[in-house]
Amino acid sequence: MTYLAAHPARVAALAAAHLELVGVALAVALLIAVPLGLWAARRRNVAPWLLGALGAIYTIPSLALLAVLVEWFGLGFTPIFVALVVYAQFMLARNVVAGINGVDPAQVDAARGLGMSSPQVLLRVEFPQALPVLIGGVRIAAIAMISIATLGGYVGGVGLGVLIFNGLTLHQPQMIVAGSLAACALAIAVDATLRLAEAKTRPSTSSG
Amino acid sequence: MKAAQIAFESVVVRYPGADRNAVDGVSFELHGGELVVLLGPSGCGKSTLLRTVNRLVPLDGGRVVVDGSDVTQLDPVELRRSIGYVIQAVGLFAHMSVAQNVAVVPSLQGWTAPQIARRVDELLTLVGLDPTAYRNRRPSQLSGGEAQRVGVARAIAARPRALLMDEPFGAVDVLARTALQRELVRIVRELETTTLFVTHDVDEAFRLADRIVVMRSGRVEQVATPLDLFDQAATPYVRDLVHAGDDVYRRYFVHARELLRTANA
Repeated sequence: MTYLAAHPARVAALAAAHLELVGVALAVALLIAVPLGLWAARRRNVAPWLLGALGAIYTIPSLALLAVLVEWFGLGFTPIFVALVVYAQFMLARNVVAGINGVDPAQVDAARGLGMSSPQVLLRVEFPQALPVLIGGVRIAAIAMISIATLGGYVGGVGLGVLIFNGLTLHQPQMIVAGSLAACALAIAVDATLRLAEAKTRPSTSSG
Repeated sequence: MKAAQIAFESVVVRYPGADRNAVDGVSFELHGGELVVLLGPSGCGKSTLLRTVNRLVPLDGGRVVVDGSDVTQLDPVELRRSIGYVIQAVGLFAHMSVAQNVAVVPSLQGWTAPQIARRVDELLTLVGLDPTAYRNRRPSQLSGGEAQRVGVARAIAARPRALLMDEPFGAVDVLARTALQRELVRIVRELETTTLFVTHDVDEAFRLADRIVVMRSGRVEQVATPLDLFDQAATPYVRDLVHAGDDVYRRYFVHARELLRTANA
């Protein structure tokens, strides 16, 4: 705790950079995963293959994936950013598929029968009801990403990983502890915030 | 909107991979403002036939004509907005209030907020729900009967020219069902909306119908008024069907209604 007490501003700055890295990666990951998930949810025979493939990528150890990405992109921000976007796909796309497929078929039938166009059925009925499930996926992805992002310190990136890997190199356990504690605190705060959002978007109970 | 004329002309529907036609050459007509019941066992094709009217099911042969237009020539979204649709599972949108559910089609058609608010209150009253008590409720806070009342209000909100009802009261308890049937007849008479109503319940068909279309294995067995179905059954199947269960009550009911009708005329 001594490092944390001595350098609160540095830890805070690294935590902010960490959060920014995860936030931007999450936003980009969503831009890919939401259309991908919607596309797969409409095709019952595609979804298992897509999720299987994304799941297989998810099982690659993060350090190994990062090593490959450094080969391609060099050191710095890019390899860890790409790794985060790739890892998040599994959790996000899976929850988009689950959310859309979980919508009561009677509501979709009624929506079409009353004269909603396909985009209207999606935006007015399916998406609002899939939203809590999607936010659940975002929550799980964000926590995993906060943890994986610490590896960014190893490849010359940004964030709290810098503290952890510098601590390892310099034999300064206090730096490692400070980096880890800050990452934990971030994860807990993000989890609590998204849990709240998830609860707010959920209809009071299931459909009538 | 004026009550629609709907004509089925040799309609054929075959589902992919099926070994026989779900609907196999059906022809009959609904006149403006008429309530016609499609009656038959499950799997006889009656729901499929109903869903050809608003193009939820594509045709493999024949034509469905609404007010002189072949439905395949019409924009499906516009067509559906001009025809009310009520299903057994109700399908109220769980993330919307009762008022928002009822307002779905008017808001799709770009009505103004005051127009919509007035219409919602009018409709809830029409289907027997107090607007102040029900307007802001969620579908999860309604009983089965109340939910289907909202379902009916939602279907007729934008004054459709026709109403399609697919076993709408099948999942409702018997007391609520009887009340709903009585009020449906009142509402349809009041609005003069052409209505196609699917059921497998013989008593329900007799209670509601101006005319009954008996279906079996994708084909029409007979099209007749309830009284004629009794007195002049066209096939042994129709005779068995109309006499199944409590036919004494049914005969009494149809004859009493016929007497009332002639007395009023």
